[in-house]
Amino acid sequence: MSARNPGGQRPITRRTVLQGAAALGGFVLCLRESGGIVLASQPPLYGAAAFPGGVVENPLVFVAIHPDDTVTVTVHRPEMGQGIRTSLALVVADELEADWPRVQVTQAPADESRYGSEDTDGSRSMRHFFEPMRRVGAAARMMLESAAAAHWRVPVSEVAAERQQVVHRGTGRRLSYGQLADQAMRQSVPEPSQVRLKDPAQFRYIGKSNTRLIDGADIVAGRAAYGIDTRLDGMLYAVVARPAVLGGKLVRYDAQAALAVPGVLRVVQIPSHSLPAQYYPLGGIAVLARNTWAAIKGREALKLQWDDGPNRSYDSRQFEKVLEQAVRNPAKVIRNQGDAQTILEKSGKRIEAEYYLPSLAHASMEPPAATARISNGHCEVWAPVQAPQATRDLVTELLGMKESDVTVHVTLLGGGFGRKSMPDFAGEAALLSKAMQGAPVRVMWTREDDIQCDYYQAAALEHLEAALGPDGMPLAWLHRSAAATENATFTAGAEGEDETEYGQGMSNIPFRIPNIRLEIPSVPAYARIGWFRSVYNIAHGFAVQSFVDEVAHAAGRDPRAYQLELIGPPRRIDPRSLADTWNYGESPTLHPLDTGRLRGVIERATSEAGWGRRMPRGHGLGLAATYSFMSYAAAVIEVRVGANGELTIPRVDLAFDCGPQVNPDRVRAQLEGACIMGLTLAMHGEITFKAGRVQQSNFNDYAVMRMSEAPREIRLHLQPAGFDVPLGGVGEPGLPPIAPALCNAIFAATGRRIRRLPIGSTLSRQTS
Amino acid sequence: MRYELSVNGESVHVEAAADTPLLWVLRDELGLTGTKFGCGMGLCGACTVHVAGHPVRTCITPVNAVLGKRITTVEGIGHDRVGHAVQTAWLALGVPQCGYCQAGQIMSAAALLRHSTHPTDADIDSAMAGNICRCGTYPRIRAAIHQAAQQLRGAA
Repeated sequence: MSARNPGGQRPITRRTVLQGAAALGGFVLCLRESGGIVLASQPPLYGAAAFPGGVVENPLVFVAIHPDDTVTVTVHRPEMGQGIRTSLALVVADELEADWPRVQVTQAPADESRYGSEDTDGSRSMRHFFEPMRRVGAAARMMLESAAAAHWRVPVSEVAAERQQVVHRGTGRRLSYGQLADQAMRQSVPEPSQVRLKDPAQFRYIGKSNTRLIDGADIVAGRAAYGIDTRLDGMLYAVVARPAVLGGKLVRYDAQAALAVPGVLRVVQIPSHSLPAQYYPLGGIAVLARNTWAAIKGREALKLQWDDGPNRSYDSRQFEKVLEQAVRNPAKVIRNQGDAQTILEKSGKRIEAEYYLPSLAHASMEPPAATARISNGHCEVWAPVQAPQATRDLVTELLGMKESDVTVHVTLLGGGFGRKSMPDFAGEAALLSKAMQGAPVRVMWTREDDIQCDYYQAAALEHLEAALGPDGMPLAWLHRSAAATENATFTAGAEGEDETEYGQGMSNIPFRIPNIRLEIPSVPAYARIGWFRSVYNIAHGFAVQSFVDEVAHAAGRDPRAYQLELIGPPRRIDPRSLADTWNYGESPTLHPLDTGRLRGVIERATSEAGWGRRMPRGHGLGLAATYSFMSYAAAVIEVRVGANGELTIPRVDLAFDCGPQVNPDRVRAQLEGACIMGLTLAMHGEITFKAGRVQQSNFNDYAVMRMSEAPREIRLHLQPAGFDVPLGGVGEPGLPPIAPALCNAIFAATGRRIRRLPIGSTLSRQTS
Repeated sequence: MRYELSVNGESVHVEAAADTPLLWVLRDELGLTGTKFGCGMGLCGACTVHVAGHPVRTCITPVNAVLGKRITTVEGIGHDRVGHAVQTAWLALGVPQCGYCQAGQIMSAAALLRHSTHPTDADIDSAMAGNICRCGTYPRIRAAIHQAAQQLRGAA
């Protein structure tokens, strides 16, 4: 779930530098800013074009038509539950005039030079590949039409594709796609400028929700194959004892008892890479066995002595003090208009609050797992990865092989949420296969491994101040956001959020406040920091939207009316004018921040939720609205807080504007999921560290919301939009408004303000 | 140790240590990978199968505890009238996102519906309390259980 500057933060391989220099406007800009290197000015590239893999639109790469009249669409974006294998395939099928029940999907292996960017994060798959995949399908359709016209010796203008057949209008003759398959694939591929797209009014599947989930039948029958399910002849099962502290190294080990466990075959040491961690395996001792249970028992029997290294004293409670110091002192100014400091100092009505979000682990239901095999100088990897090419690059480097000798097969992901953007676990499998002379090895992480050796969402402390004018509206706004940066995972010593991180709902607030000062303190990282669904928007959204609610109450105003007044009238704001030069890597002209759309979701959510209605005792409604990943989301959450502090959530109303919805049913599914993930982190999510070690280990102490706690009703309100509107993201932007809407609702119900997540037992503790 | 098990109506022989959780016997020895590992502590329900018709967490059930008992996994549940109704409702309502936990969800739902054709929301909360879904498919799971129940009542 990275929202990173394209090309800017991935470990810079030769490949990305070469491609970056040739193609990446954003990357060129980075070099110029950091290194003073002046290159010939180029217009910046946006969207998929700014990624190393770019866009490939060749129908011969993505579409195969078979003589049995079936169609295979190759999907190059990994499937982790967002439905992309269904949604990209239906886009191709629609323009192709294919019959959905006859469409099959095959997953592309890692190869960005062939398929274009496969790096699946940042809510980008449909946003970046809707138009290209339309053109792929349309070009293939035109090739079928050309083949039929040639067969009948009639002008191509007299034929038309229709539901898996090409029809000659004059005579009514028909040829099926299967009959045309061989000839069609030999037609020349139309130039992109010649490709004729459908009129959206003619769409059969796009925007319709009438396409079955491509993997649904396999999933419900237990046939769907995830990374953990790979089985190869002679495969060994491995679990790894990794350093518990980032940067720790093995000093000595005794494997005698482990090797005595029946079924255990061997132990193998994996070297620990020096920091920064990047995507490299953490190192440690692997136990290889004939089955998983023997490997687990063998690992329990290892005697290990570690040097915990430079992070041995990291304590997250103490680190909170570091964050407090950081946000209570002046720091690097990243946006400044007017003179907020002076006004705050002199103000008679000054509000101040701090909001804390702890570290979070992803806890995808499928823990990391990968399989590798090396034979005849060729390494094959099967892995559930969001970043296939980064996986291939890592394995290539670790094995010292040529890229062409490494194949990465992308399995289904049993959840990703950003964790599986980091392919360290696939690197482990490759190293272990090499150590076993190429024998197939599957590495599986236990839940404890997953919780304790994750790439974590960074803990954050947000400090906000506002000075209110006589009308109750803010005259000045100060926000300091302190959190470790993901860059620290890749660059030693990187501190504090960068523009791709504070650009997530902190710098780009569209409020009409005359004096605004935004600051970013330097904060170090002591654990691996990684992308987590919606990333820094979580902390920023929680803080900003809670604070707006607090300020509205301080002004004695209704939070909805107050927020709308703060946003002001509908207008399109150039993100650069909000100190946001990043804009999620998208064009500022194509994707301005549209306050009309932000107002729209607030108005929709509040009206659907019956904002202002009389609430029973102990009930409250809370509102929050955020803009992220080019989409607008507003949540109204109803809570009931019982006499003993027990919290239930009868209903959520979530209004969402992502522009047009290609697969509305999957958009709804993503929003339902984002809502529940947002509630989980608000109520339960907390990773703490002591002596450098994560203190949680499994679902008993790192809880995930269960069905009985989930809202009984999640009502989704999708804003309609035509296909002339650029697409926004879907996977992540539903999440940021959830925690603040929940906490604002708790305030409305009880008068108690939550400024520290997770809520946990806070409510019951304080009432008892 | 060599054991004889009854899995999805077939008698199978496996070699395993006595304390091996049934989960790893199913997955590693029998290749029935539809049953998933999620936690290893009976906390998440991803590994749920039916033993003698009751939902069991296989990650904490040793293989020698299920000898002579009928084991049904997600691969076999579709042959069962209730299991088929659950799968059908799951597809009709588009329940799965990543799908990883759904085998366990389906097994828990089928066990509920075998004993209760009119489950209340509270019954569903109780029967599904041991199954975690990180994607957040709970609202659709609830709706699909109600739909399967309705279908089973109609067909009865």
